[in-house]
Amino acid sequence: MKKLLTGNEAVARGAFEAGVKFASAYPGTPSTEILENIATYKKDILAEWAPNEKVALEAVIGASIAGARAIASMKHVGVNVAADPLFTYAYTGVNGGMVLVTADEPGQHSSQNEQDNRNYAKFAKIAMLEPTDSQEAKDMTKAAFEISEKYDTPVLLRMTTRVCHSKGIVACKDREEVGIKDYVKNTKKYITVPAHARILRLKVEERLQKLLEFSNNTSLNYIEWNSNKIGVIASGGCCSYAKEVFGDSASYLKLGFTHPLPTEKIKEFCNKVEKVYIIEENDPYIEEQVRLLGFECIGKDLIPFCGELTPDVIRKAIYGKENPSIDYDADKVVPRPPTLCAGCPHRGFFYTIGKRKNLLVSGDIGCYTLGFAEPYNAMDYNICMGASISAGHGAQQVFSMQENLPMRAVAVLGDSTFFHTGINSLLGVAYNQSNTITVILDNRITGMTGHQENPGSGYTLQGKETTPVDIEKLVRACGIEQVKVINPNDLTTVENALDWALSLHEPAVIITRWPCVLKKFSPQDKEEFRGTFTKRCTVDAEVCVGCRSCIKTGCPAIFFDKTSKKANIGLDCVGCEVCLQVCPKQAIRKEEA
Amino acid sequence: MVKSILLVGVGGQGTILASKLLTTGLMEAGYDVKMSEIHGMSQRGGSVSSQVRYGDKVESSVIEVGGADILVSFEKMEALRWLKYLKPAGKVVVNDYEINSMPILSGKFDYPAGILEELSSKVPTKIVCAAKQAAELGNPKVMNIILLGTIIKSMGLEAIHWEKIIRDNVKAQFVELNVKALAVGMSLV
Repeated sequence: MKKLLTGNEAVARGAFEAGVKFASAYPGTPSTEILENIATYKKDILAEWAPNEKVALEAVIGASIAGARAIASMKHVGVNVAADPLFTYAYTGVNGGMVLVTADEPGQHSSQNEQDNRNYAKFAKIAMLEPTDSQEAKDMTKAAFEISEKYDTPVLLRMTTRVCHSKGIVACKDREEVGIKDYVKNTKKYITVPAHARILRLKVEERLQKLLEFSNNTSLNYIEWNSNKIGVIASGGCCSYAKEVFGDSASYLKLGFTHPLPTEKIKEFCNKVEKVYIIEENDPYIEEQVRLLGFECIGKDLIPFCGELTPDVIRKAIYGKENPSIDYDADKVVPRPPTLCAGCPHRGFFYTIGKRKNLLVSGDIGCYTLGFAEPYNAMDYNICMGASISAGHGAQQVFSMQENLPMRAVAVLGDSTFFHTGINSLLGVAYNQSNTITVILDNRITGMTGHQENPGSGYTLQGKETTPVDIEKLVRACGIEQVKVINPNDLTTVENALDWALSLHEPAVIITRWPCVLKKFSPQDKEEFRGTFTKRCTVDAEVCVGCRSCIKTGCPAIFFDKTSKKANIGLDCVGCEVCLQVCPKQAIRKEEA
Repeated sequence: MVKSILLVGVGGQGTILASKLLTTGLMEAGYDVKMSEIHGMSQRGGSVSSQVRYGDKVESSVIEVGGADILVSFEKMEALRWLKYLKPAGKVVVNDYEINSMPILSGKFDYPAGILEELSSKVPTKIVCAAKQAAELGNPKVMNIILLGTIIKSMGLEAIHWEKIIRDNVKAQFVELNVKALAVGMSLV
């Protein structure tokens, strides 16, 4: 049966066909749809959102120890969070096969960095596979489980944005029911006290030797002979780009199994071609191995070390020019940056805090990162998930050391990010009693990645009702005594809450509780937020004086009509009333949509 | 021979459904097909593209600069943003429809004038009013299917059984509307 699948859908299909029983992940672009699609195989696989990637990987490790084939998926920076369990499970090895999918982001379409997670395979000394397209994504997911069990190793499946989000035709097969292996207590393998771990350490090295032999012999690494003038070595998505550029004019060493790299195959290939090009995104991972083996090659000296290596980029690097294209006046084009949606509950908060002075706003990862941009300019930095609170705490401690310095730190993060790693950070604030203000923007869902349920939403990935976390109670349980829950659309309430928090000499938490405008309301939401998003605001042109105060809320539903010199509100308005409150002439009214 | 179709627009305009139907139809017609989309932050009102490539054997899912046979833009200014990806001998179908980006809404920039003239002076350009046509069909959301119709006609893909593709992929109550919209789109070019 042939299906048109994205790489992410294909990994999910591969997991299904491989007989996987358990899957866990935390959402993150470009990996999110892997678990969402695994969840569609409800009868055969238990799929769960975890609060963060470390929890996801640990749950998958437990499932593997208990004997099931299990898979974890995450974006590249998620693997940093999950690195701790990964490096030790690399020592113990598996029972049921275990695969970790890393979705890297050359080009940083939706990420804060461009780390090359192939380095993790080398670092943790585990096997790695790199699919080029959807068919390979499915096939290699299955192969990864075979390798995992045969060589007693976790396997890293390295995807990139284009492989994740590109569609291709995939020949699908039936599920292979491999069952669940017996669980047998084996402390020498799984208890990693130093006495055991030193022995495991030697086994890891022996395993690498066996994997090297596999790498040299597997059909996952193969040579396509054409001309011997040019030889191209590539892995992952880059293989398809290289073929677009070089076509039949080059021979190819196509690498699918990339840790350990197939040294013998590389030697065979490099000995037979006159000139070797290494086409790989990000780090010179393959190139360094080729050079270590004593071969000259053309790699990062000519080909960009960052961004995607799409065919035009390779063409420009090697031949000095792109394909001919149309010459036109591109200056006419106005940028189209992402914006907070009309009705976004973050708007009222950022509009208000952006007006304040002597604040350091410690940001985090989510839609609300857009609070840094015009017209709010209300964020000073963002580092990684959960860092808003802990980095805000550190900043506040240093501000507090300086007498008469009026600066205060305000940490800002979303509900899902708070569950991810913010809770630990808040414990640090409460324990060390810094004067930090933490604002949890609780929009009742994981927004940025496309509305995944989370521990606060009251539902699981499978749509089952579950106990929702009470954020206020959780915050208090961490040791924070000063807590307020507010409606962020009410600007006076936001102002008052900030004044209140700033007047305190102890940690305070403000929870803004209002649903994401794009959220599909649960029955509980319908009850709590009755009538929300069913009205709209309009401008009374008679009263509007064209002062543009409403424009400064940064709402995409509001525009300034240059002919009439009046503000106007489009049909995408959902009646959050932020603009209505900032209009000095009361020219904005609310009506039924 | 590989053909490349570039669909561009603004997040929320339905380029994803249009390209899903397109690629499904191409696969069922026996072509090798690859498609690339980037999602993520673009959902929040940003510029979006779906890159569709089909033929006997397709390697890369990505359309390179100067690589598209046709550029179909769901929004006027986006046509100009992506024009460098068109082959010099390629053609443009542009929806005469404006979505103001934030810098325009805030009054920092004007929506650029003369886009259609700039396009028409450089490359064969077909201007369509899919919004108006969709309104006449009674649902502004089918703008994307009307534009899909223009692609099908422009690329000579009428022989594929599109009605079946729509029936298989669209909710039952919208099938008839979408089939009509597709026919309207095909009649526009």
